[in-house]
Amino acid sequence: MDAPLAIRARGITKCFGDVVALDGIDLDVTPGQIHGLVGPNGAGKTTLLGLLLGLAAADSGRLEILGTPVARALAAPEGVAGFVDGPGLYPSLTARQNLAALAALRGEGVGATGIDDVLAQVGLTDVADDRASGFSLGMRQRLGLAAALLTKPRLLVLDEPSNGLDPAGKKHVHTVLSRLAADGTSVVLSSHRMDDLEALCSEVTILATGRVVFSGPLSKLAAENRELDYRVRTSDPQGARQLAVDVDGVHVDEAGTRDAEVLVVRALVPALDDFVARLVTAGIAVRELAPVVSPLEAAFLALTDQQEAVR
Amino acid sequence: MTATVAAEPVAGVRRVSVSRGYRFELVKLVSQWRIRLLVLACWIAPALFVAGVSQQSTLPVDTLFGRWMHATGWAGPLVTLGFAGSWALPLLTSVVAGDVFAAEDRLGTWRHLLVAVRSPRRIFAAKALSSLTVILLLVAGLACSSAVGGVLAVGNQPLVGLDGHLLTPGDAAVRTLLAWVCVLAPTLALAAIGLLGSVALGRSPMGLLLPALVALAMQLAQMLPLPVAVRLALPGYAFIAWNGLFTSPAQLGPLLIGIVVSLVWAVTATALAYLLFVRRDFSNLTDDGSGRRAITVGALPLAALLGVTVGFVAVATPATGSGIEQDKVQRSVATAFAHLYRMQTAQLNRPDVTEAQLRATAACNKGGGKLTPEGPGNDWRCVVSWHLPDVEAAGTAIYQLDVTPDGRFVADGDGPKEVNGYFLVRTPVGDAPNPLWQFDGNVELLHTTKG
Repeated sequence: MDAPLAIRARGITKCFGDVVALDGIDLDVTPGQIHGLVGPNGAGKTTLLGLLLGLAAADSGRLEILGTPVARALAAPEGVAGFVDGPGLYPSLTARQNLAALAALRGEGVGATGIDDVLAQVGLTDVADDRASGFSLGMRQRLGLAAALLTKPRLLVLDEPSNGLDPAGKKHVHTVLSRLAADGTSVVLSSHRMDDLEALCSEVTILATGRVVFSGPLSKLAAENRELDYRVRTSDPQGARQLAVDVDGVHVDEAGTRDAEVLVVRALVPALDDFVARLVTAGIAVRELAPVVSPLEAAFLALTDQQEAVR
Repeated sequence: MTATVAAEPVAGVRRVSVSRGYRFELVKLVSQWRIRLLVLACWIAPALFVAGVSQQSTLPVDTLFGRWMHATGWAGPLVTLGFAGSWALPLLTSVVAGDVFAAEDRLGTWRHLLVAVRSPRRIFAAKALSSLTVILLLVAGLACSSAVGGVLAVGNQPLVGLDGHLLTPGDAAVRTLLAWVCVLAPTLALAAIGLLGSVALGRSPMGLLLPALVALAMQLAQMLPLPVAVRLALPGYAFIAWNGLFTSPAQLGPLLIGIVVSLVWAVTATALAYLLFVRRDFSNLTDDGSGRRAITVGALPLAALLGVTVGFVAVATPATGSGIEQDKVQRSVATAFAHLYRMQTAQLNRPDVTEAQLRATAACNKGGGKLTPEGPGNDWRCVVSWHLPDVEAAGTAIYQLDVTPDGRFVADGDGPKEVNGYFLVRTPVGDAPNPLWQFDGNVELLHTTKG
């Protein structure tokens, strides 16, 4: 018998008056998986995360969290932690007091050592006794994550956890989430930061207007996607340009860059591989090859019908 | 499919107990600087105020018991109580109960709290109990601080009651404590209205101001010549009716009615706040609970409650009109005069006479006899007559009365000078305040006790 999924959602629908926020959503998240949730504003990400946290009940559909069917009553099953719309912190309390009050509320016997430990994990030890009112957005995000960690969750639900993080804070958060996943905790996070999602997530779900337009591994997303734009910097830009024109399936985007040393081509991965092979054969050194936008971002834009609007 | 979802039990959910939620809410409340400041102010300021005023030559004679602040330390907590009922308690309940739910809207912490507690009902209970605790702490501070300040500054002396009779220090202490306990009922009503405003109006500052506005409206209403039934049916009437504890016999009827009405309001407003809160959609970002529905669900039942209580009081009591009638005014003035005459007699070191021997009566009219002698007004005039043992002729003294719509009056002596025409009396040990020169009294609006 398979281990129960951390999340199993089938046909979840949620409406606010006449507005359909979620329209027949299916979602599977396995234990130990970091699952990204992507979508334009108003796609239904926060609503879906709210359902996972027990902040709302679906109008229809079936939702199981950590093997437990979720009822209409507003309450998340034990083992679920996280936040939506930013972490809830009380500005008149210090970081340590916020965590201590929350631990006492939940009856978690973490003690001072446990609180120090989670503060250290998110890199807030130095400001543990400062009032949260003076915290930046990034510090608040990290403190919110620390609050979630206090409960030793088996499912962590985070809404835009990377907002406002500086590089050091981002590193802390990534390390914590990766370690949690390695220990078997499932993480569902939404973000507009595609680089974060690509760095952290093994699978993503793309939502648009309340519907799932893609759900699966990132590799599958790249394979299913259309042609991508790539920046190619070589030792001989002119020669590379002539070669690109000759390769089937590779199109040169003349307007793609103002840098004469850089060529922007549009191609599927096989055609790009062929182009690179020809460059090497021709003795042209490839100094840089990178997608102009990440595969996830490209897929996001394509699947959510925003690519044209952006261009 | 929908039915399937709804029918499933909530398995695997460990909700936070109310006691833990209560402690959490208390921690949040006490961490706020304004709450700390209020607690400090309520436990220190009244003592300083009472002690300071008691040392002044000018006393707050327009406040009930203010004229006795030089005479006894027990007048201080009653003056404080009068002020608190008008201003302090409504404002305190506004700041505490009126903000306890709205603060989460302002901070954007509702979802965090719901995820942690997993039960809106328990959140409501914890918030209501914690705000009640803080309010009780503040009220206790006002009462204890003013009593300690008064007794330390002036002393543990007898207190002159509202009908002029002398209460022993012990009796004064008990009745003062009782009076403070009684005003907990209207304070709870205001606190419940604060909870309702905080839930119903969300981030709107109107939620915070609601108890203060309701209290102000009730004060204005008490200043109007309303029928007695309406006056007693207002949830703040017990802020006035505690005066009845300081007469002999105590005027318990209006006080008990006021307390019951206040408690009914407290329960109803809390229940409405609860219903609104548990039905709130916390998944909708734009919804802070406020809106037309919240206002109608909150306001209309309270308006209906007011109508029901007015009707009930009107039917259950023999109260008609303003409740201020000629015979009641006359009885009240004569009773107070007789008690205070004995006090003056003692001051002047004359042979003691009893109230029964004095057989004091008052003949009062209104508007110089041209108006029907009933209702409030500052145009009441009373001629008090009394007898002394072995003296054939009756003594007479004149008083001008200012009777307010809530039944309180100030009697201002208008002569003769030897009795009530001058604010000092010459005693064997020097000049002393003349108790008959000016005195406070009250007319019981209901026909429940005889003075």
